Amino acid sequence: MRKVMSLSILFWLSTLVSLLIAYADPFTEADLKKWNEAFTAVVKEGENLFHSSKLGKNSVSCDMCHPNGSNAHPETYPKFQKQLGKVVGLRDMINWCIENPLEGKPLPADDPKMIALEAYMTYERRGIKLEPGKH
Amino acid sequence: MSTKMTRRTFLKAAGTLTAAAALPVGMVEVTRAQKTGDKFTFAYISDAHITQIEGASFVRNFDNGLKKAVLEVNFMDPQPDFVVFGGDLAQLGKREEFEHGLEMMKDLTVPVKWVIGEHDYYLDLGKYWQEKMGPLYYSFDHKGVHFVVLASILTDDEWTHKRWPTPEERMLQMARLDNPNGSPFMVKEEERDWLKKDLEKVGNETPLIVLSHSPLYKIFKPWNFWTDDAEEVQAILKPFKNVTVLHGHVHQVLYNQIGGISFQAFMATAWPWPYPVTYSQLPNMMPVMTVPMNRADPFKERDGTGWGHIQYNGGLVYHYELWENSPRVVRQDSKMKHPEDAEYQDPAIRTPPQLHY
Repeated sequence: MRKVMSLSILFWLSTLVSLLIAYADPFTEADLKKWNEAFTAVVKEGENLFHSSKLGKNSVSCDMCHPNGSNAHPETYPKFQKQLGKVVGLRDMINWCIENPLEGKPLPADDPKMIALEAYMTYERRGIKLEPGKH
Repeated sequence: MSTKMTRRTFLKAAGTLTAAAALPVGMVEVTRAQKTGDKFTFAYISDAHITQIEGASFVRNFDNGLKKAVLEVNFMDPQPDFVVFGGDLAQLGKREEFEHGLEMMKDLTVPVKWVIGEHDYYLDLGKYWQEKMGPLYYSFDHKGVHFVVLASILTDDEWTHKRWPTPEERMLQMARLDNPNGSPFMVKEEERDWLKKDLEKVGNETPLIVLSHSPLYKIFKPWNFWTDDAEEVQAILKPFKNVTVLHGHVHQVLYNQIGGISFQAFMATAWPWPYPVTYSQLPNMMPVMTVPMNRADPFKERDGTGWGHIQYNGGLVYHYELWENSPRVVRQDSKMKHPEDAEYQDPAIRTPPQLHY
């Protein structure tokens, strides 16, 4: 009986160990470094686009009105954009600015340039609490 | 009882209001001011940032801002004594941009006093400016007030002469406001020495108005809302009893008081800039007395831009003519020790768009 019990304990222990191996956080410090480098590169690409006279068609760039991405309030989107009369996301306003003050062509929502612009603008507001809908 | 509004005083007030609504603000103020003499009005236009796209093609939005300001100054009746241009006529210091800007500025019906901005300077280090507009720094007297114009956008020699491979690259680097590779603005020793000499012949009782492009105090270094040797310049101005510094560069309603010196910013005709409080990653020294302008509506192209005029009457009445927005009046008379907004100074009556975050 004792033998059966010890076998049973052993079985459950080994199951637990295998579960831990299978489900423990599978990433390492090296992974973190790699992912952070990838993110930082996209933020940097976003910073370049944000300051580029080539994003639009008239040599005007985003930073001319929004130094360091300021006064764009990414943490408040989606929100009701009173001038558009509906709830929109940050990317809709990025495209509005590209089409109007920059006199350019809007980016598809999944364009890597759009992701990069969002990454830069959001990174410059890091630490600010999310307040969707705020004006 | 004396403050109670009778029918007669109501009609009088209503009549004045009707007249005021029908006339440009400048006319109302100047007409009243001229009765007691030795008062005058001058206008300002600033930060036009005329931008060449290519060839004869320029950014329409910025052209429109400058044209509108010139038109409105010309409609002031009576005319101001002169117009101050507060700097940054060009975006990248190109001859084409200067010529295009001057073409619009030449329609002004009164003389222009020119202040140079960094966008006008860092391509050819002020060569074309000095040929067309005049010296980088100078002084003049007008109706009992001594005016000093400073070139406050200089920086250290290494950055100016050795850092960049071409003048075009230097200009591009200085044109980026939030550039981590930028360099702080300075008046520098040579010009400070000139200022000391210039002021030697001026009595301490003489009202002094200093015109510069950058604020001659420190607000936020990363955007060059800053003059690095501001304290040295302020020390030179300190002996004077009545000193006002008027500056461009910040594209916003901004005012401050440091000791006996009051500071007022010019609006831009091109585009508005956010207040440094809106960049959450770094601390700033935004003056607490400033009642901010409304957050601009980007869908209204001229919102957050404008021009202004200053009525000198011993103190200053500073009119911000804001397009797409209610005009703002900031006063500093002998009773006030610092500039105050005529309407919104009390925090309890500020409007939601005046909150910047």
